[in-house]
Amino acid sequence: MKHNASTRLDATFLALADPTRRAILARLATGEASVTELAEPFSISQPAISKHLKVLERAGLISVGQDAQRRPRRLEGTPLAEATAWLEQHRAAWEANFQRLDGLLEEMQRASPAARRGRQQTARQKRR
Amino acid sequence: MQTTLDRAEVTQPSDREVQVKRSFKAPQTLVYRAYTEPTLVQRWLLGPPGWSMPVCEMDVRVGGRYRWRWRNNENGAEFGFSGTFREVQPPSRLVHTEAYDPGTVGDDFPKNDAIVTVTFAAGGDRTTVTTLVDFGSKQARDAAVATGMTDGMEESYQLLDRLLAEQPRA
Repeated sequence: MKHNASTRLDATFLALADPTRRAILARLATGEASVTELAEPFSISQPAISKHLKVLERAGLISVGQDAQRRPRRLEGTPLAEATAWLEQHRAAWEANFQRLDGLLEEMQRASPAARRGRQQTARQKRR
Repeated sequence: MQTTLDRAEVTQPSDREVQVKRSFKAPQTLVYRAYTEPTLVQRWLLGPPGWSMPVCEMDVRVGGRYRWRWRNNENGAEFGFSGTFREVQPPSRLVHTEAYDPGTVGDDFPKNDAIVTVTFAAGGDRTTVTTLVDFGSKQARDAAVATGMTDGMEESYQLLDRLLAEQPRA
């Protein structure tokens, strides 16, 4: 279970690490597109685009639509949401610590007035 | 001019690293102290709600060791981190190794040491702290990611709910 989650996230982050692949995802966010259409804005070959698409597909970030002729690619939201959720979860855990640190720093600044340690006045005290 | 971040920003600069950035409304020397004096560290580096930090030993000099341990107040479960300081440059930079001590929680976390670089940058009346954790390999980072994803999920979501309730969105 953990390994699945890990492998999935690994593939997602790997896929997102490349600027061309991020640009492809941004394009697909506006609607599905064929490989030819996707290759248009880039100065790289269609095989190179196909390679990027394979990475995105393996990560589950895109899928191939019904139309057998055009084989349009479209964006799949779930892995992206998982990657975002992980970052957000870590952010929240750190943020809880940092908010405690905010409080501690404020207390330290109140407790060490310039008079006692000859320390330079803090912005907080100046405002008072 | 440095951008200030009033909320923690978490990014992945490469496939083996995680970076956390946050600004504090305090002078650089004070923030550095809060990161390096054990009695101060113990007051804020607590992790998920319901956990305390009974062990916080830090010999902050090059080659000095540190040992952090957290305990779940309800079921007594413990885990920790320990390592060695590699660079100590008050009040702007700290580099230390970080080995996970699974305690009674589980050992899915990577076995190899991570390298943690903490920089304290002064700017105006704020200090921006950047913590870069280099897990050494993609596999190690992903293992850490997977542990965080499954073990801490519910606690973190509760924490997130509370944070969101407390803080009106900017």
